Amino acid sequence: MSSPVKGGPEVVLRLAGISKRFGPLLANDDISLTLRAGEVLALLGENGAGKTTLMNILFGHYVADEGTIEAFGRPLPPGSPRAALEAGIGMVHQHFTLADNLSVLDNIAVGTESLWRWRSDRGAARRRLLDLSQRFGLEVRPDALVGDLSVGERQRVEILKALYRDARILILDEPTAVLTPQESAGLFDTLRKLTADGLAVVFISHKMNEVFAASDTVAVLRAGKLVATHATASTDRARLAELMVGRSVKPPAPTPLSPGEPVLELAGVTVASGHGRPLLDGVDLTVRRHQVVGIAGVSGNGQTALAELVSGLIRPESGRLSLKGSVVEHGDPADMVRRGVARIPEDRHSAGLVGAMAVWENLIAERYHDAAFSRFGVLRRGAARTYARKVIEEFDVRCPGPDARTQLLSGGNMQKLILGRTLAHGPDLILASQPTRGLDIGAVSYVHSRLLDARAAGAGVLLISEDLDEILALADCVTVAYHGRLTPLLPHDRVSVSQLGLLMAGHWDILRDILPETVHAA
Amino acid sequence: MDFLSIILDILLSAAFWTAVLRIATPYVLGTLGELVCERAGVLNLGIEGIMTLGAMAGWMAVYQGADLWTGVLVAAACGALLGLLHAALTVPLGLSQHVTGIGVTLLGTSLSYFVYRLVLPQASTPPTIEPFQPLALPGALAQTPLTYLAFLLVAVVAYVLYRTPVGLAVRMVGENPAAAEAQGLNVTAIRIGAVVAGSALMALAGAFLTLSAFNAFFFNMVNGRGWICIALVVFASWRPGKALLGALLFAVFDALQLRLQQASGGVLPYQLFLMMPYLLSILALVLVARRASYPRALMIPYRKGER
Repeated sequence: MSSPVKGGPEVVLRLAGISKRFGPLLANDDISLTLRAGEVLALLGENGAGKTTLMNILFGHYVADEGTIEAFGRPLPPGSPRAALEAGIGMVHQHFTLADNLSVLDNIAVGTESLWRWRSDRGAARRRLLDLSQRFGLEVRPDALVGDLSVGERQRVEILKALYRDARILILDEPTAVLTPQESAGLFDTLRKLTADGLAVVFISHKMNEVFAASDTVAVLRAGKLVATHATASTDRARLAELMVGRSVKPPAPTPLSPGEPVLELAGVTVASGHGRPLLDGVDLTVRRHQVVGIAGVSGNGQTALAELVSGLIRPESGRLSLKGSVVEHGDPADMVRRGVARIPEDRHSAGLVGAMAVWENLIAERYHDAAFSRFGVLRRGAARTYARKVIEEFDVRCPGPDARTQLLSGGNMQKLILGRTLAHGPDLILASQPTRGLDIGAVSYVHSRLLDARAAGAGVLLISEDLDEILALADCVTVAYHGRLTPLLPHDRVSVSQLGLLMAGHWDILRDILPETVHAA
Repeated sequence: MDFLSIILDILLSAAFWTAVLRIATPYVLGTLGELVCERAGVLNLGIEGIMTLGAMAGWMAVYQGADLWTGVLVAAACGALLGLLHAALTVPLGLSQHVTGIGVTLLGTSLSYFVYRLVLPQASTPPTIEPFQPLALPGALAQTPLTYLAFLLVAVVAYVLYRTPVGLAVRMVGENPAAAEAQGLNVTAIRIGAVVAGSALMALAGAFLTLSAFNAFFFNMVNGRGWICIALVVFASWRPGKALLGALLFAVFDALQLRLQQASGGVLPYQLFLMMPYLLSILALVLVARRASYPRALMIPYRKGER
């Protein structure tokens, strides 16, 4: 592996020959990396390529099977986050490690004092925090409860937590996954301030545009191996994509189709939350046949309620929900399935599949009462297995067979299984919530092309996604969810990523520029 | 009207409030102990057994010739030891906290009876010791030292939880152990420490029964007090000050029903009065604790490297 940067500032971190095995899986295979002061290194790779494992080894959450780590010229003892912190390494985890019920100051100060002092020095902690906050332009409210903060604010708390411990090397695991494009730009500004101060940053990503927006060097991981290290300026997207996947991938392109009759109509639908703002607030939405409608938005703005509503898990407080022209009065999940709604749930582990049950059992979970699969209250196991074999083949689910336990499948194959269950019966409406979250590029393009096939066959697709690229690639129309409300449908070719970002942050005044003709309505 | 004046009479008597403080003491100590465990994320259903063991061990030490305060220390140490068992099973091994806790309760209770019978096989009427005597502090109703200690411990636990680094660490591991670990804290050690300390407090509650409230050890003497403490922790929203309040409230109900029983002169079945504190506690729980914000990691075992 050749390092593109010779000489230059001091090397602050050196990983040498790191290998880590989880059972049969070689998560990291002899990885060596160096990081210099003032450098931003992007660690690029698909999900499961071993990026997070590598960083968890660096931060002491895992112990490497082989290899050594050297920080600031001194070897780092393995398996101890405390040692990593003391060596000046700070980590911002993908899932924030903050306690919601504690204040910002508590979250930052915990563990920084000797445990056996008889009194915490809160005054000094507060002064230090505010000082750091000012120096790097990271605004915080020390006494706010973390649970009351926005995602962007929480990330600032995480970064401050590392800086508070004098981190000189900052690891960020998929830092932009939960941010709006504007918040991401803010984060990249912060990173530049940090590196100007001499810090070194490693950030993990599978998004190409971020690599180019923020990094000096990019290291590409594939299947646990480091396949290349380049100066970011000297490479390009296509090259990196190929390195990441190991082959070239062509995204499926939707063919233009004229939308048919409506399959799903929501009129003035409100869903209360029990306290405070309603989950959905007077939502109007129409999805037609041959149409993909994309719902963009930062999570927690009503998408989950919308998905539960269309799945029949909750009912509207007021307003009307119609499927194929007939009003649904008392929908429940079974009724919705009968009416032709198929769903790809947001979380395939908790709401999509039962991991401990066999593949065939999961495949008939929505229709085990059909005459095809049960008679006189007894399951027709043979018929169900035959059906399962057919779906497995048709949807290319890699598994030992219909009797395999579902939890042994990889994420991508689980999603194919759900896709098979969803699409096998020619549904009228497909509710796809985060259908490609956590999948690698190959599986993503498979899911996308299947959804587009269903659209061509006459289904309407309601696509809820936090991935704007996915929405813009698939959707005919886009709407943005903010505080339980939805914007009018925006044709996908008239709205840009940055406009979507502003809408996601609640700046709906720009609708005027996107849809001048509907200004009076809004 | 008549009924109201009876209640008023009761509420205005000093003897009533003296009784309230005495009745409240084991609930204060037990609730504090449970609260410390749960703040660190570990439900300790062993409380009933730990209280029984504390009651037996403290009494037995004094019966064998130790002085009263040594008895208190022996009780606390035995409670801590049983707490260590609960912690060892639930924290590093990550076993179900419910099941382990019930096991600890069964073990603690049976072990206490067994040891008691082993030492005193012949006793038909329980032998007695000379218990703590009430101590009149200026301006306070006369109470035994353990009651004053219990009230002092409320302030101590509140101070430790909210004003010291170790208290913050305990709250952190109960809210988000992964975050605590990422801050360099040793989650396992802190959780074990909290469970051991909390269990020692529970054992003090038991010791109060045999060394202050009564002067002997009976089977079944803890009599569900531990389970009430579990509910009081929820009532208190995991806050020491509110735990004191909850224990006092329960004690008021309990003292009141005893006196109403006497005042009613057998007109109503006494079981109705016995029910009263429990019914009122359930009501208070419904009213107060519906939106309690519990420690987020309560009952979730933490295993390093798994998230």
